Amino acid sequence: MANSERDEATGMQTTGHEWDGLRELDTPLPRWWLIVFYASIVAAVIYWVLMPAWPLGNGYTRGVLNWSDRRNVAAEVQALQSARAPMFARLADASAAGIAADPELQQFAIAAGQSAFGDNCATCHGAGGGGAPGFPVLADNVWIWGGTLADIEQTIRVGIRSSHPDARLSQMPAFGRDGLLSPRQIGDATEYVISISMARARLTPDMAAAARGAAVYQEQCASCHGVEGAGDRRIGAPSLKDDLWLYGGSRAEIRRQIEQGRGGVMPSWEARFDAGTLRSLAYYVHEMGGGEPDATPTPPTPPQ
Amino acid sequence: MWSFHKWFERHSLILLIGILVVVSIGGLVQITPLFFIESTIERVEGVRPYTPLELAGRQIYIREGCYTCHSQMIRPLRDEVERYGHYSLAAESMYDHPFQWGSKRTGPDLARVGGRYSDEWHRAHLEDPRSMVPGSIMPPYRFLARAELDVSRMQDHLRVNRMLRVPYTDVQQANAVIDARAQAEPNGDAAYDFEQRYPGAVVRDFDGDPSRVTEMDALIAYLQMLGAGVDFSTYQAEAPENQR
Repeated sequence: MANSERDEATGMQTTGHEWDGLRELDTPLPRWWLIVFYASIVAAVIYWVLMPAWPLGNGYTRGVLNWSDRRNVAAEVQALQSARAPMFARLADASAAGIAADPELQQFAIAAGQSAFGDNCATCHGAGGGGAPGFPVLADNVWIWGGTLADIEQTIRVGIRSSHPDARLSQMPAFGRDGLLSPRQIGDATEYVISISMARARLTPDMAAAARGAAVYQEQCASCHGVEGAGDRRIGAPSLKDDLWLYGGSRAEIRRQIEQGRGGVMPSWEARFDAGTLRSLAYYVHEMGGGEPDATPTPPTPPQ
Repeated sequence: MWSFHKWFERHSLILLIGILVVVSIGGLVQITPLFFIESTIERVEGVRPYTPLELAGRQIYIREGCYTCHSQMIRPLRDEVERYGHYSLAAESMYDHPFQWGSKRTGPDLARVGGRYSDEWHRAHLEDPRSMVPGSIMPPYRFLARAELDVSRMQDHLRVNRMLRVPYTDVQQANAVIDARAQAEPNGDAAYDFEQRYPGAVVRDFDGDPSRVTEMDALIAYLQMLGAGVDFSTYQAEAPENQR
């Protein structure tokens, strides 16, 4: 500080340094800044004491508050489950009719189901259950594996062609790709399928081909889709009598499905949802438009 | 005090060394304990190294910059646990070099996307995201299904991962090229051997095109195993050593 001197213009001391004739004012730091600075040092020390902070050789200082994000989230999830528990308990042995008869329970099931549906199911089945090509519409009253509350819940629980041991399984053969039928036979069968479905009004089947296709149908298709094409929900064989087509309803698309025998995969959700959420979700889907009344449960899928 | 400071300020080399010492203290305090604290990685069952096909898919994931919009880290917060499933564990990314945690979510977190949707959904979604999710702003990745997977460097990839202490065996490394293809060819000759070498891995034609192995196969194989490893029926989430 030997060369420190007073600056004439400001009346402030200089630092005493000089670089190429330039000198620097030794203005003190603002008081508020110093206070914040020292306060933040104090705050850091308090934080070290309260919270997990310093790493040690084989662990860390845990802090007197014993804070743990994982313990906190476990407690919060636990609280959430306890809050839902009474309603889930009422859902556990409720039928679709039973839920509908209890407005409070119904409101709860729809809300819980809608939330789970939006996060998990809408990705494939569309918001509101509108479906997409290859991913069934849930908002109509056409069900491949059954439309009662119990059927829907079972489908959500075990999935379709999933890795779950009890998954709903069935496989339509790829009649074209695997050479089970000749292209001509497939063409005839396509015309026959159109002729027995509601699509006959818009696609005008070739009746001569359809007559030939009837024999092919009875031999190859009737065992799953039924003699009259009504389908079989126990094995997930869709009805062919309506005009709703999972893989598209044009003549070419119907033919392609006979050729390739595609079947979608739905994951099993058993491990992701608790029982109450599963039931709520099933009820939400049931109420989307086409849920069927409770009946005697559909017998389990026969092994393929 | 001031003369000491002056000494620092007036000797650039001494100042540089001083800066390095101060900065490295901060770094060492953060990094060193991770090498020594045993509890950094939880003990879990089910987490295995990536198969060659999954590893290739992971590299496509990184190549295409998926991480710029998707994180792979479910934080220990109630809302995230409700939406995505159990919060992510350190053990789940112990074979990740580099990890894909991230904090920016333009798209959803993918830490537990494995098994959540079907292969067909992933296919349709990667080819045209808006066909499946109308409001999506994700770009389409149609070319993945057309691009044959380049497996020629697979052995090197496994070798590098071994250097980073991923426990691949000599046999796995030697068969890396065969295994990368075998996982996508369920009817191929090598499928059985592959399953022996990678217990728990799924052999499937992921891209729906049995005639060849594409980048789509690799990426879907990778996505379908994300977060599906840990056996939560044996993991003691409530145990004190896991409650950190």
